[in-house]
Amino acid sequence: MSRPGSSPDEKGVSQNGDPGGHRPVFTNTLNAAVSPETRLLSAFARDTQARKVDLAGRGRDKTTACFCRSKVTANILHRQRQRIHEQHVQKYYSEEGRPFELRLVGKIKQQLSTDPTLHPEYPSSLGLREFTRKATEVALGKHSRAIVENRVLGVQTPGFTAAVRLGAELLRCWYDPSACWCGPVYLSSPCDDSLTGIFQAAGIQEIPSAHYPTGADLSQSQWAVITRLITRRRLFPFLLLPTQALCCGDMERDAWPVQHCASLGMELLCAQSFSHCFGLYGEAVGHLLCVLKQNSVLLPVRSQADKIVRSLWARPSVGGAHVVTTVLSNSAHLVEWQGEVKHIVERCMLIRAILREKMRLLGTPGRWDHLTQQGGLFCCTGLNGEQVEFLSNRRRVYLLPGGCLNVSAINCRNLDYIAESIHLALTSSL
Amino acid sequence: MSLFSDVPQAPPVAVFKLTADFREDTHPQKVNLGVGAYRTDDCQPWVLPVVKKVERLIVEDESLNHEYLPILGLPEFRSAASKVALGDDSPAIKENRVGGVQALGGTGALRIGAEFLRRWYNSVNNTATPVYVSAPTWENHNGVFADAGFKDIRPYHYWDAAKRGLDLAGFLDDLEKAPEYSIFVLHACAHNPTGTDPTQEEWKQIAEVMKRRKLYVFFDSAYQGFASGSLEKDAWAIRFFVSEGFELFIAQSFSKNFGLYNERVGNLTVVSKDNENLTRVLSQMEKIVRTTWSNPPSQGARIVSKTLNCPELFEEWKGNVKTMADRVLLMRDQLKAKLQALGTPGTWDHITQQIGMFSFTGLTPKQVEYMIKEKHVYLMASGRINMCGLTSKNIDYVAQSIHEAVTKVQ
Repeated sequence: MSRPGSSPDEKGVSQNGDPGGHRPVFTNTLNAAVSPETRLLSAFARDTQARKVDLAGRGRDKTTACFCRSKVTANILHRQRQRIHEQHVQKYYSEEGRPFELRLVGKIKQQLSTDPTLHPEYPSSLGLREFTRKATEVALGKHSRAIVENRVLGVQTPGFTAAVRLGAELLRCWYDPSACWCGPVYLSSPCDDSLTGIFQAAGIQEIPSAHYPTGADLSQSQWAVITRLITRRRLFPFLLLPTQALCCGDMERDAWPVQHCASLGMELLCAQSFSHCFGLYGEAVGHLLCVLKQNSVLLPVRSQADKIVRSLWARPSVGGAHVVTTVLSNSAHLVEWQGEVKHIVERCMLIRAILREKMRLLGTPGRWDHLTQQGGLFCCTGLNGEQVEFLSNRRRVYLLPGGCLNVSAINCRNLDYIAESIHLALTSSL
Repeated sequence: MSLFSDVPQAPPVAVFKLTADFREDTHPQKVNLGVGAYRTDDCQPWVLPVVKKVERLIVEDESLNHEYLPILGLPEFRSAASKVALGDDSPAIKENRVGGVQALGGTGALRIGAEFLRRWYNSVNNTATPVYVSAPTWENHNGVFADAGFKDIRPYHYWDAAKRGLDLAGFLDDLEKAPEYSIFVLHACAHNPTGTDPTQEEWKQIAEVMKRRKLYVFFDSAYQGFASGSLEKDAWAIRFFVSEGFELFIAQSFSKNFGLYNERVGNLTVVSKDNENLTRVLSQMEKIVRTTWSNPPSQGARIVSKTLNCPELFEEWKGNVKTMADRVLLMRDQLKAKLQALGTPGTWDHITQQIGMFSFTGLTPKQVEYMIKEKHVYLMASGRINMCGLTSKNIDYVAQSIHEAVTKVQ
């Protein structure tokens, strides 16, 4: 706290209202600008065509879909748009077109609800110890030198965004304590449009370009080149791992880049999410991993992370973290879970293969090998802006603005239509 | 050489350090009167019976899934939370100018509100707007507003150490002298750490000045129901301000009154001039949430929402809350009675006049040190005690310890 009282003549620092009366306070508040993703999603929602397909992977539950078909007044449409803005998130969809539910998770939640040893106490601001331990192990591998040498900080966060935000705040405050560091931070192009916002919210201004969600991952030899460059040019890697296990079906393999950087002795940040691989979207289970060069800086960095967390959300919520910890700590659960995940991954791979085959049979121009070379939930089709618009306007097939799509949203009912639509987008004169 | 070699160790949070020291203490009669969480008479945390019941209902409900919540949170939770603060028959709600933002606990609600105000209040991105917090206040208030970007955070007079009560004159004076449009963080009830609230008459005086000076009202409401045992009584100040036409924020926490500390259940209630303003404000709130946690966790919000929206469960919950509040009131009565019986010098009326979880005993730092070191009774250096840490088994020992501290140490 800075000053004691204030002088009687001190004017308000800005004149905002009229002298008399009670004018609304926030008249200067602009209506928040709509992102391209939201615009697309709104268009999807307003679309009354039965055949429309949402490949942006932002689903809606049935109730909102009903809104679409009924007669709408301006008011309802506006409220509906609000709801759509609220569902900006990617999920894995089952073959039936429903968001993914893990049977195992349901079972474990039942068990946990009757567990007498669980207390409602405040967890530490850095989260449940068992959870951060497990989350760290799945990213770095149990026998990682960094873990053994006790120079790893793990912080449970309320979701993936929160993990990125915490990492950004840590960097902004402490990356260069001698100066107030505010960038540059490089983001892959394309990338999730929220990433820029998160770094900006943390006070970082310089964000030159703007990986997730392409699915175009780098090979091990490509990573080797990149890490050599990073080391030589003294750049700092902030790795994003939002869908671990959903790429190769194997937690370890998907975390290879993180483990590789750590094994080279690099310092890094890694934001993890357990939403996708556990189907725990609503539980906000995230983790920020910080690998340091020496053990001596662990406590100071941890104390600073603690300080930042305390004025953001104070502590993370525990529900989802308990579930994840329970699964990862128990070999029987682990096996069952891996089975369910493998099923998801295989289905995604199958969809990619079938789609590629359809494109080939249709004689669609261009090469489509990238469909099967890429992995995970998302696929970067390579379609340009005009073609993406064509798909949404003329065929009611909605992709992300960059031409990426959620593979799991494709199923046996819409596959043919989608393949045809892509074919038309590339062959019709636009 | 690590990139983080020059990072200094941040000082520990006093209240958690206290608990850590308490844990390491091996003295058989040690008592922890530090951290602010409810304890039963057996000194155990308490899962509210209604919460256990609702948790089971949720787990068995096949229609529920793990979908992401909307960015602003579970709609049924937000409306129920705002309703519990403003009242069922609130005209503001009827006029459709009240909205809510589900947040990660009370802290999260404060932070989102602070971030919004820094961006959009009193012109755009005006980090110079003074933010006033009570002297003393919950120490995290400073951190939250500072980290949201406000550069000028000031104390307002609140606690009168000499008379062990509210320094109303000082408070009103600060309100008169504050620059117009300054933001004031007010504790809705059960002031933390003093337990001293303005009376209804005093609130009216405060409101009059705030309206005249165009000061912004930001309520922190972490103890509704927990303070007096009555939801309505504890919300009187909030409802009065709303009835006076103020636009305001209320950062609500359901950690204490639902015992859901670790599920992070909070709500930022926004009361606007009209629906049009509300809509624009909420659209910007969404943008802020999107880069903070993106989507809030669902478990706690579901528990609270189910409870508040079902009449039987709501009654049961009010009963559970009253149980907690009554136990605190009992401990207050007994502590005061015992100190009076021991003939401890000074007046101890403030113990029963204060309200909520905490009591500002008036013990000096030296007396506090004595309590901790010699008697193994842990309390904050400010003299704040958590009444919930008192039980029928330790109250005699605590009263005796206070007596000794006051008589032996100056």
